[in-house]
Amino acid sequence: MNKIGLIIKREYLTRVRKRSFLILTFLGPILMAAIYIIPIMLALNSSTDHLRVAVVDESRWFEERFTSNENHTFVTMHGQPLDSVKEMVKTGVFDMALYVPPTQLSLPSNAVVYSIRQVPLEMETYISSVMEKEIEAQKLMAQGVDPAVVNAVKTNVNLQVMRMDDKGNEKETFTEVQFILGMVLAMMVYFFIMFFGGQVMQGVAEEKNNRIIEVIISSVKPFQLMMGKIIGVSLVALTQFVMWILLTGVLYVGFSAFIGISNPELLSQGTVMAQEITSNDIMSNESVQSILQIVHSIDFGTIIVSFLIFFILGYLLYATLYAAVGSLVDNNTDSQQFTLPITVPLMVAFISSFYIVNNPDNSLSVWLSMIPFTSPISMMVRVPFGVPIWQIMLSVVLLAGTFVLMTWLAAKIYRTGILMYGKKLTYKEIFKWLKYK
Amino acid sequence: MSKIQVNEVTKKYADHTALDRMCIDIPERCIYGLLGPNGAGKTTLIRILNQITAPDSGEVLVNGEKLCQKHIACIGYLPEERGLYKKMKVGEQAIYLAELKGIKKAEAQKRLKVWFDKFEIGGWWDKKVEELSKGMQQKIQFVTTIIHEPDILIFDEPFSGFDPINANLLKGAILELRDKGATILLSTHNMASVEELCDSITLINNGKSILQGRVGDIKRQHDTHKREIIIRTDDIQPIFALGDTYNNIKVEPSDIHDEVKLTTYSESPNELLSQLMQIGELVSYKEVLPSMNDIFIQEVQSQNQVS
Repeated sequence: MNKIGLIIKREYLTRVRKRSFLILTFLGPILMAAIYIIPIMLALNSSTDHLRVAVVDESRWFEERFTSNENHTFVTMHGQPLDSVKEMVKTGVFDMALYVPPTQLSLPSNAVVYSIRQVPLEMETYISSVMEKEIEAQKLMAQGVDPAVVNAVKTNVNLQVMRMDDKGNEKETFTEVQFILGMVLAMMVYFFIMFFGGQVMQGVAEEKNNRIIEVIISSVKPFQLMMGKIIGVSLVALTQFVMWILLTGVLYVGFSAFIGISNPELLSQGTVMAQEITSNDIMSNESVQSILQIVHSIDFGTIIVSFLIFFILGYLLYATLYAAVGSLVDNNTDSQQFTLPITVPLMVAFISSFYIVNNPDNSLSVWLSMIPFTSPISMMVRVPFGVPIWQIMLSVVLLAGTFVLMTWLAAKIYRTGILMYGKKLTYKEIFKWLKYK
Repeated sequence: MSKIQVNEVTKKYADHTALDRMCIDIPERCIYGLLGPNGAGKTTLIRILNQITAPDSGEVLVNGEKLCQKHIACIGYLPEERGLYKKMKVGEQAIYLAELKGIKKAEAQKRLKVWFDKFEIGGWWDKKVEELSKGMQQKIQFVTTIIHEPDILIFDEPFSGFDPINANLLKGAILELRDKGATILLSTHNMASVEELCDSITLINNGKSILQGRVGDIKRQHDTHKREIIIRTDDIQPIFALGDTYNNIKVEPSDIHDEVKLTTYSESPNELLSQLMQIGELVSYKEVLPSMNDIFIQEVQSQNQVS
């Protein structure tokens, strides 16, 4: 109807024009880009920092085992006392000193690094790995095994996971990618519902406490006002979402052009670090091939369509509840108790997504993705792993049905709540409102 | 012809009855006062007229038709608790509220300009509401109430928050709207403005109408036969003597040295007058009708004692 259109327009324009909306719209992608860029920047920075390490090895096992490269230089200090080497670290001749105490019969198993500055994790890892390898080799030799044989025996198993459907089609899946995708989608739905639902609640409370509400509802029905606000805010959410995707894309492409072309390895390194994929060689020679495979393995169509459906329906369901709660907010009385029925199911859905992501087809996961109050989040965790279409359909129907029911209930609470001032409200009383004509 | 008819309207809330078989008949082109103590049911009645709430039983007729959605466009409502969107600009907001009442944007702009000039608030168009004083906001609110030129106007305490100059401006505007053909329902505790503006009133107490009628008629009905007489004479002694013979006469000296003021509650003052005229010169004879304030207090208190 025309009047709802006017309300939607106002809700949308006043929000989009706000400075906080603009800030958030531009800050969001910058933060997202930072997740990619900062590891790369760090990688770039650490490579320029050259470290000089003095080695005082009184056990004499590791002399010359540490190799120097462009990042660090190891200098073995033959027969120099530790104290004088420490002095050299203090005066800055060396960045740090590695001290291995003398041993009698056994192999050494401890060492100390002296440094003025914080020792980079990379360096710590390098030193201990060199020492461990050497000690291992010595132990193997003592047992009469040639370390070269052990090396030759080492094998890497390439485990492929193939999902089959009933038609016999096979498709390779990448659990790590699905895992990350599922969590990211669930988190996005969660935060969008919380954030924009909260905006609906604030908007309703503002109108009530401004006392403009009576003027407005003498022109339009409370239901029209409520739905106009909910839809208006949802359009703001979609705008923000689209802007984020566009801006993130622009930033990513821009940054890739800036750094990536000259140094493609670093870019992929950064991406890998950002995604917390620990295996270092996933991006090596066959990286292009495997990226293509991963991209091919993801059903983007289904993911995007279900994200939009579940996000919009989930938002609508919660927004009606937020509107009802907003109508109960009064400057004078405490209304915190009424937000609890909203935040609890949302929190449950969010926390359980850590479980679902590890057991996407478990029966509890399936139930959570069917129950309308948790399904928008829980289903999005499952979607990247592949969900039978009938489950998605059923979940959508249940969600939509609950939305209609909740709208009806919320509208009844809303239209009484917005005109109720200075009265301490109880759940019992609100329940009575549902029966008002 | 009656503009609004409220027939046997009852509205109950969980713990009390806000309106109990209320009947009101509001004629066309008049200013109708809706009076009553706090919590009497005035706001509930107004909300029913605005279709914010629905009555439990009874009906409301507008122009003889049952109240329905289409009447929203022909009612302008200024609630007692008023407010505007604080962060919105004045002009933008006024247009938005006009559009909600079904006025096209261009038309709203044109009409708003006229009213803004009339109320001397034209310069505020691009200001945010929160930058304005309360009185300024009240003016804007009033303009947005009447901008769709409704033939029914409902004002709930319209004068609160206005200084005397602006209150006068507002009174003038209300009378002008009535003369142009609007029917105005005025709910107020300000009895002076009732006497000044209202043609008829209904006094509500505890959800019931306890007094209805034209303001003049009601005053006449509550006539206590109080009359004030001023006599000019050189010798005031006989007049004080008269005060002793008639037991319901109060005699007091006037501000002017050779005049005396008499207050009588006699139902047949002619005899007294003729005696007085023999004593001195009759300067004035005035009937003193009770004020609406007195009638309000008297009626509400007596009804509360009964129940």
